[in-house]
Amino acid sequence: MSTTETSAAGDVRPRLRWGVPAFVLLVLAAMVLAVAVPKTGYILNISLQATTYAIAVLGLTIVLGLCGQINLAQAAFFGLGAYAVGIGQTEYGLNFWVCLPIGTSMAAGFGALLGASTLRLGGHYLAMVTISFQQIVTLVLINWIPVTKGPDGVRAIPRPGFLADGSSYLAFCIAMLAGLGFLVWRLRDTKLGRAMRAVRDNELAAGVAGIDVYRTKVTAFALSAILGGIGGGLFAGGFAYVSPDQFSFAESVVFLTMVLLGGVASPIGAVIGTGLLILIPEWLRFLKSIPGLYLAIYGAAVILIVLFMPDGIWGFLRGQFDRFKRAVLPGRKAATLALSGGGEGTETVMEVRGLSKHFGGLKAVDEVDLTIKRGGVHALIGPNGSGKTTTLNVLSGLYRATAGTIKLNGQDVTDLPPHARTKAGLGRTFQNIRLWRSMTALENVMVGAERPGSTVGNDATAAMARARAALAFVDLEERADEVVANFSYGHQRAVEIARALAGDPVLLLLDEPGAGLNSSEKVELRNLLKRISARGLTILIIDHDMTLVSEVAQQITVLNFGRRIADGYSADVLKHPDVIAAYLGTTPDVPA
Amino acid sequence: MDLVLQLLFTGIGIGSVYALVALGFVLIFRATNVVNFAQGEFSMVAAFLMVVFSLKIGLPYWIAFVLALVCMACLGAVFNLAVYYPLRHRTYLPVIISTIGASIFMANTTLAIHGPEPEVLSGWFDTPGFMLGPVYLDNQYVLIIVVTALLVALQYWFFEHTLLGKKLQATSQDKEMASLLGIPVAVMIMITFVYSAVIGGIAGILVAPVLFVSIGMGATIALKAFAATIIGGFGDVTGAIIGGLALGVIETFGAAYISVPYKDGFAFLVLIAFLIFRPQGIFGERVAEKA
Repeated sequence: MSTTETSAAGDVRPRLRWGVPAFVLLVLAAMVLAVAVPKTGYILNISLQATTYAIAVLGLTIVLGLCGQINLAQAAFFGLGAYAVGIGQTEYGLNFWVCLPIGTSMAAGFGALLGASTLRLGGHYLAMVTISFQQIVTLVLINWIPVTKGPDGVRAIPRPGFLADGSSYLAFCIAMLAGLGFLVWRLRDTKLGRAMRAVRDNELAAGVAGIDVYRTKVTAFALSAILGGIGGGLFAGGFAYVSPDQFSFAESVVFLTMVLLGGVASPIGAVIGTGLLILIPEWLRFLKSIPGLYLAIYGAAVILIVLFMPDGIWGFLRGQFDRFKRAVLPGRKAATLALSGGGEGTETVMEVRGLSKHFGGLKAVDEVDLTIKRGGVHALIGPNGSGKTTTLNVLSGLYRATAGTIKLNGQDVTDLPPHARTKAGLGRTFQNIRLWRSMTALENVMVGAERPGSTVGNDATAAMARARAALAFVDLEERADEVVANFSYGHQRAVEIARALAGDPVLLLLDEPGAGLNSSEKVELRNLLKRISARGLTILIIDHDMTLVSEVAQQITVLNFGRRIADGYSADVLKHPDVIAAYLGTTPDVPA
Repeated sequence: MDLVLQLLFTGIGIGSVYALVALGFVLIFRATNVVNFAQGEFSMVAAFLMVVFSLKIGLPYWIAFVLALVCMACLGAVFNLAVYYPLRHRTYLPVIISTIGASIFMANTTLAIHGPEPEVLSGWFDTPGFMLGPVYLDNQYVLIIVVTALLVALQYWFFEHTLLGKKLQATSQDKEMASLLGIPVAVMIMITFVYSAVIGGIAGILVAPVLFVSIGMGATIALKAFAATIIGGFGDVTGAIIGGLALGVIETFGAAYISVPYKDGFAFLVLIAFLIFRPQGIFGERVAEKA
């Protein structure tokens, strides 16, 4: 078992085997070059600036590229690191190696605080708050003269003894950039990295898949601030002088432009963007003779990049490579998907009592009781507008219940947020499919497998094996490494079901899984539901297709105008006069 | 007490400017669901246009004023076509970044053309002001407050009592439905941008005699106007006005009683406090995405 899983990891990134030694050699060569090649002070300064800036830009790769959140205060975090190294050494006589972590922690602290206060809200707030923070930091740097020396800045910042020489300090910065860049590159394919990308692509689905969206965003933001702080600390050592104008809003914009130009998706993009935007202005020095012209061009470049090259230079190049890349075939059978169905337990999986959801005066769900028995398929049906989807949204935590209680496996989940309900064992799909469109089918399903409280825990190999098994269960294993945006509607639906199954839920909520499927896809869906049910997993399904419902469901609850009008065994419920009246409008003369 | 009244007057005056710019924010946000980060630059550009037309060319004040607003209307149209419209089907993030790019472009192009020296623009009136009881009323502040009140009233009438206003409201609430009902959505969005650029411009020209006309004025005003919209309740017109006035007053009192150099920081502290304790603002409601 373990050998097949290792080769599974190898399939996804085959280049990793020789890639890492090659990368290490490249970095060592760059470091040797930095030390050995004689260079003017000008070249040294440009190189130091590029390396330290690139570290800060890596932070934006995480927050903007991976997590899709904006940070317009990276220069402020850069400044916190730089001033900590500057003031700490010159005023307090602290060691460089003490100051650097202090600056980094300060940046991390402010980053976490700023993120924590804003990230529950939409992205516009974050943009504005980071600009505000940037302005406050600049104000403090200029006006808190006793500590920051005001507009004059901090002078004569030393470097650590054995790195006192500019060339060896540059080599050290290159090593730091390479190490941090490698970590950021690896981050993408860790549990946290996948969670960040899921949050970026679709927040709602991320929460329902068990990701703590808020914490993930705050983490991304704090990591970004940390990289800003490290870059700034190294910058201060490199240039021996810092002043407030080096950390102004304009510099935050420069950082943003760098990451956008290079490409937000990869640390390689960050390095390319930084290198170009430090070199180009140096080649075009005449631009700096007219104040403003240089930044005006930056501004225009930002608009043009967003319009015409949204993936940046590296993204564009990658697109060219990928056209020639051959698809990787898995080559071996995935394990059978294990579904525990929550194990043995009480006869009732979910117990809903007096559930209500009001929108203003509208009672979308009105005192509904629902008892879902373990191991069956329970259908929730009703005419359009009867409150089915609202009920499902209240059950999965997207809406807060106005009244009533929801118990899952005996645990009261009424007040829990979506990700905590997923932890408790709830899985769901959406009527309008919500996959993370830029991720592969395998990655989508892996996030499902990595839900909190699942058996795979933090073991990525186990999560991948489980995700492959889930994809095999819905007959999509051979397309595991394709990006889901290219899948047909029916296949996207299957991936969404696989994502929920991979988490090994106690109860699976399916919101109109048959909607929009053609007749052959519906047959496949019906077989899939029967196979899931045969494994002992309990399903609550909403659908309009009575054939589907009557074939798969043992229990049916009928809603109309937000109230429960019938409940019981399928055959009985479908003959119930109120149900027939609700669907057909009148009581038929001939009994069905 | 006299000082308090005096500060209150000044605060409401400066707050009116924030309210006007905030109104521009809210209108564009409601029409496009996008925050226009270049809204403040509309004020800055209009103030510089006023400097050019009135001081450099020497046109009469009101002709310069009208001319500046005509230019602003054109700028609003170009802005829509270049910065927003091509990105209308993308998510909010590219659009935000694009408007930030536009903001930097506008500020620095002005800098490149004009140079960094701030300009002093005279006010509408020849006399500086008058005493009302113990309070000195600066004429320009009185003008700002009156014009703001008039524009707010006009806007209310326009949105609630004209067909065009109703169409704009429909567009902002549901673009697809509006389009199906035969409302030319693209035109409505264009009108919104033009109108927002013009009221941003009016705000800039009104405030110019009080502040210096400088490259940085746009960013400062925009940040405070945005803070005002959050304090008032995002997307709410009344909220933007109350928030703007409140911010102007807080800032004036803060500068008088706490610290002058940190004057511009108070707005941000209030903003962050609101985000933590009452993110929906004074009038706003929490909104949830539909599943």
